[in-house]
Amino acid sequence: MITYLTRRLLLLIPVFVAVSVVIFLILHLIPGDPLDNLLRVGSSPEKRAEMSARYGLDRPLVVQYGIWLGNLLQGDLGTSIASRRPVASLIGQALPHSLLLGALALAFSTLAGVALGVAAAIWRDRWADRLIMGGVLLGSTLPSFWMGLLFILAFSVQLGWFPVSGARGWESLVLPVLTIGLGGTALVARVARVAMIDAAERDFVLLLHAKGMPPGRIRLNHVLRHAMIPVVTILSLRIGWILGGAVTVEYVFARPGLGTTLIKALSQHDYPVVQACLLMLAMAVMLGTLLGDVVQALMDPRVRREAA
Amino acid sequence: MLLSVEDLSVHIGVINPLSDLSFGVDRGQILGLVGESGSGKSLTAMAVMGLLPLIGGRISAGRILFDGTDLAKLPEAALRGYRGRRIALVTQNPMTALDPVVRVGRQVDVMGRMHLGLSADEARRRTIELLTRLRIPEAQAVCEAYPHQLSGGMKQRIVIAIALAGEPDLIVADEPTTALDVTVQAQIIHLLGELVRDRGLGMLLITHDMGVVAQVCDQVAVLYAGRLAESRPAEALFEHPLHPYTSALIGCIPRDGMAPGSLHGIAGAVPSVARYPAGCRFHPRCPRAGEICARQTPELTELTGAGRLACHFPLEGTHG
Amino acid sequence: MSLPRSLSPLGRAMATPLGGLAGGWLILVILAAVLAPVLTPYDYDIQNLPQSFRAPDAEHWLGTDEFGRDLLTRILFGARTSLSVAVTSILISVAAGMILGALAGYLGGRFDRIVTTLVDLTWSFPEILVALILVAIIGPGATGTMVAIAVAYLAQFTRLTRAQVMAIRAETYVEAARSLGASDAHILIRHLIPNALAPVLVTAMLSTGDAIILEATLGFFGLGAQPPVPSWGSMMSSGSALLFKAPWIIIFPGLAVAAAVIAINVFGGALIAALDVRSRPREG
Repeated sequence: MITYLTRRLLLLIPVFVAVSVVIFLILHLIPGDPLDNLLRVGSSPEKRAEMSARYGLDRPLVVQYGIWLGNLLQGDLGTSIASRRPVASLIGQALPHSLLLGALALAFSTLAGVALGVAAAIWRDRWADRLIMGGVLLGSTLPSFWMGLLFILAFSVQLGWFPVSGARGWESLVLPVLTIGLGGTALVARVARVAMIDAAERDFVLLLHAKGMPPGRIRLNHVLRHAMIPVVTILSLRIGWILGGAVTVEYVFARPGLGTTLIKALSQHDYPVVQACLLMLAMAVMLGTLLGDVVQALMDPRVRREAA
Repeated sequence: MLLSVEDLSVHIGVINPLSDLSFGVDRGQILGLVGESGSGKSLTAMAVMGLLPLIGGRISAGRILFDGTDLAKLPEAALRGYRGRRIALVTQNPMTALDPVVRVGRQVDVMGRMHLGLSADEARRRTIELLTRLRIPEAQAVCEAYPHQLSGGMKQRIVIAIALAGEPDLIVADEPTTALDVTVQAQIIHLLGELVRDRGLGMLLITHDMGVVAQVCDQVAVLYAGRLAESRPAEALFEHPLHPYTSALIGCIPRDGMAPGSLHGIAGAVPSVARYPAGCRFHPRCPRAGEICARQTPELTELTGAGRLACHFPLEGTHG
Repeated sequence: MSLPRSLSPLGRAMATPLGGLAGGWLILVILAAVLAPVLTPYDYDIQNLPQSFRAPDAEHWLGTDEFGRDLLTRILFGARTSLSVAVTSILISVAAGMILGALAGYLGGRFDRIVTTLVDLTWSFPEILVALILVAIIGPGATGTMVAIAVAYLAQFTRLTRAQVMAIRAETYVEAARSLGASDAHILIRHLIPNALAPVLVTAMLSTGDAIILEATLGFFGLGAQPPVPSWGSMMSSGSALLFKAPWIIIFPGLAVAAAVIAINVFGGALIAALDVRSRPREG
């Protein structure tokens, strides 16, 4: 298991380098002088000189990337153009909110999705199955920001149950988690249903029945366990998708977080902040995928062997 | 009789893939149920195990008397008391029969814990004992392995261990060697034969391979397209097959001294359930078929010696 | 197949009840987008402040927005932007993805490895994130959105085409063509790509639905088509601020998006059934 983990971590390094190169290049691919993109309009010449030296903007691109990455690894993410604050502190404030929201949404999607998928599989081709799968189709096709707005309209404006926006207390988390979770739940439910049906038809299940094991126990201890393997695979592949949902939904609910910060920075052309946010989100995706792989390896001994 | 199947018919929806099947298995005896794929062998296994509902089937007529109780009439909950505990199944493909994410030992342990009320430690001790008796080296280490770490023959031994762990009276072995290498096949077959004689178990051995039947079976029932063709003691049957189909099946066994290529299969294939021909179902493939065979289903008749036969033109006129 | 084979797959998809309903809705939306100027007496861009925030009534069927513009008119014109951006970007994505995927699958070797690595990399990132990076580089607006969506879905089509080509490459008729001395380009264009086409096109259709959502999301962030040109997403960019005052401004454009996307998914499902995509690549 430890070798497996080390291998997976080492595999992340080239991915990280590739992602960081792309994000680094953003600044240089934008039309105009990169220096202008790093500074406010009308900055003093001294400031320009300082920036230029700091990022080595007159030196080759590779050197610039090296300096940028070096700063990055020391926790120096630059200075926000809009607020003139260090980007690291902005990110430090936003990150916990996003992590909490993402983790809750992931947990919610998994639990609700598995429950619905299992229910649909048990009542396969009956009305409960059709109802669930119909709901799942809706959940996966409706734009999440719009669902968020509708939730606000229904539960906050009309019923007054939850706050419209902000991040005060658990009440403010309910609607965002629900909104992000909807798409994730739909995805998980669809995979879980197929996986349950698939697993129940596997040969070993016949032997379990022949052993005289009660059907409920077979379903819970064996079939569900197998069905969870593809569920974890799809979650680990699409974990970024759920995080992407978080970006959108944060903005809808005006929650402080990486998504809101990113979109605000994009509209303000605050490129150091944009870079930092994208980098954080990319890392979250990578670590999430890794987490999924590890869980999968814990669940399925065959995966451990293949990777070893 | 330990197990006595009488006039068993099985329906899946409206189709009737198995009808009027009768045979019996005694303690210490192996009955070979033989036929090509599609003849209804595996359905018979499912019926005896009470597992037909899993594939959407049901027993539509007949009795399955096990130790005096008609299993066909028992509700599912009562059947569960028999499965694993009194009647055990050895499935077709050992590669897929075991749960791939559960350690092998636990899959055997569960039988002792579930059926014999043993503690985890006791169950494990029995498992190791059992594996050792099945000539599995390093039983302790094998218990900790996952199925994918074991060879096919080893996995089949584990499946057999699971079958034995509930201390059953009857073992239903559905093509237990088909998926294995030839050398391993022989080992497993002999192991099964040994178990039956040493422990006084009854065994229903389902196979398409007459060679396997010839090696271990005491009684043979030949199934064709969902009906019994011939059912007799093994020795007599191999000596003088009466049904042309039985004779053709025996002709499929490779023997020493046979010229290569002289192994003749039977032309054609078992018809699908939807296309069962009228009269004797074997007549389109039968070399001896006469005009009556297409019209009239041959009655299953008791033979003077022992056994039954359903044929208008048997190979030797020894019946009646 | 119970339906006559003489019908094209599209026709067979339309002949199913759900497929017909979904297909009918899509045709209706496209017609409405094309005929928008004829269908409505209002302008989509002229502000009329005294008329702002009017609830739906006989005069303004879906109400008016914060600038007094008729909402139905803006949704009709918005359909032009939203649909054309989505369709164009998916077309770009399909074309580029098929070329990349076919080359990678056919040539193999280092080229294949590079493409596969890049594709896997972008595939694990959410489309919205890829799109946001692209918008950051190109800048907000319809063009930026189009490129962003095209790149966001590129990985999917590359992957699919590559897999198809790899599968078909080994088939006998390709071997035969090669042994007859056909050139690589000939084999790719005449044999491999046509056979990979059906599944790619169905995926493209389904992705168009996702692209509409992505376009709407970018528009909602204020990064899509810039005012006064309406798109379904940008119409909702006022966000929760107006929810109290005039919820219809948010509800109706979203409903337009939702209905279009659901229709595309349902019709796509019917099309998959009609095409029987899985068995398709095996046919010669």
